[in-house]
Amino acid sequence: MSKSVVEMPPKGGFSFDLCKRNEMLSKKGVNPPSFRKTGTTIVGLIFQDGVILGADTRATEGPIVCDKNCEKIHYMAPNIYCCGAGTAADTEAVTDMVSSQLQLHRYHTGRESRVVTALTLLKRHLFNYQGYVSAALVLGGVDVTGPHLHTIYPHGSTDTLPFATMGSGSLAAMAVFESKYREGLTRDEGIALVTEAICSGIFNDLGSGSNVDVCVITKAGKEYLRNHLQPNPRTYTSSKGYSFPKKTEVLLTKITPLKEKVEIIEGGDAMEE
Amino acid sequence: MSIFEYNGSALVAMVGKNCFAIASDRRLGVQLQTIATDFQRISKIHDRLFLGLSGLATDAQTLYQRLVFRHKLYQLREERDMKPETFANLVSALLYEKRFGPYFCQPVIAGLGDEDKPFICTMDSIGAKELAKDFVVAGTASESLYGACESMFKEDMEPDELFETVSQALLSSVDRDCLSGWGGHVYVVTPTEVKERILKGRMD
Repeated sequence: MSKSVVEMPPKGGFSFDLCKRNEMLSKKGVNPPSFRKTGTTIVGLIFQDGVILGADTRATEGPIVCDKNCEKIHYMAPNIYCCGAGTAADTEAVTDMVSSQLQLHRYHTGRESRVVTALTLLKRHLFNYQGYVSAALVLGGVDVTGPHLHTIYPHGSTDTLPFATMGSGSLAAMAVFESKYREGLTRDEGIALVTEAICSGIFNDLGSGSNVDVCVITKAGKEYLRNHLQPNPRTYTSSKGYSFPKKTEVLLTKITPLKEKVEIIEGGDAMEE
Repeated sequence: MSIFEYNGSALVAMVGKNCFAIASDRRLGVQLQTIATDFQRISKIHDRLFLGLSGLATDAQTLYQRLVFRHKLYQLREERDMKPETFANLVSALLYEKRFGPYFCQPVIAGLGDEDKPFICTMDSIGAKELAKDFVVAGTASESLYGACESMFKEDMEPDELFETVSQALLSSVDRDCLSGWGGHVYVVTPTEVKERILKGRMD
């Protein structure tokens, strides 16, 4: 059989067919574009009833802030969440992929996902790609064996820790944890400590900024506190905004009215013969 | 030189009250030489969904063809149009597939979803989605567009005011970018109609 002329949707996996061209362009001195990064502060800690994860909300592309309020705490399973730092597309894709694998695994076994399962799936993928999939993750969750917190490095190595930080603001956040973390924190103390660690990243690391997102996971369930703290609100806009007395010059206008959507009622009267 | 600077482009999408606007410049160049001044960077996927592709024009056109193909397959199978959110996921998946040898394209997606809720979104060249509530920008003029939109944007604008804001933001930004410009192409989409306008701009 000859190969089909029409390119059908692929079954999955990376495609490398532009690599040669792109390499040729690079050699000619045409640089590839920079990717969107989450030059980030992400943290997690274990408290008395479970795990708390925290993240800032800035996404950058080189020195430009391209998203002031992005989400870095990704859903993995109802009882497991994962913070991502590094190349934004990689963290997003890796966590989405593993979260769907976990969902299928739950359908298969009929049991709640375990944190170690998520950890193994993530590290296996990252190790496979030898660090080229640049995702640095903080994975936290509560399962039948209790609360767990792990960090995963882009090359696929992992740590199991009572408190963890990742991303460009990890040093600033770790300084707070090292001086103030203790065992058996209450929920409110835990949230306060996570918030303080993220704030230290926001204010001392240029790659991190904007707001604080927090996710509390306990045996009873999870609580996602999006924009738990907004330490950098926008105060410099005028309430009236701009108005434009002189209009822009329009050369051509084309107006296309949209057709009304026709609703088809199923099981309606059959047409008469 | 960055590959984005080979052809030059400027793209912006903004949200208004039950409507959205998507606009681009009209220049196609090869570095500093202008090749065409009526280039289409924004294309219609279906009546209420538009796609703008900034970056390398050859990749933009290839990617556009692949996306239209996938959208038509979807229409045949599902007998309905794609939701903007779904389409954004499709674009993201197509771009991430080429993670290690990417298309040099930064897409901007704008559409009206269920109950005429506007949706705008942009991505980097490997499909990292950025869902914004107000405006998104892409292309060589993106830095100046960020500044212009940030100060000119207001919430809940009516279609006419939205058009004026987008046009002013686009024209003032491309005047500070030598690689894009030569007028603008603006689509304002409301639940009842699509208004397509061509703007006059500086010709230098």
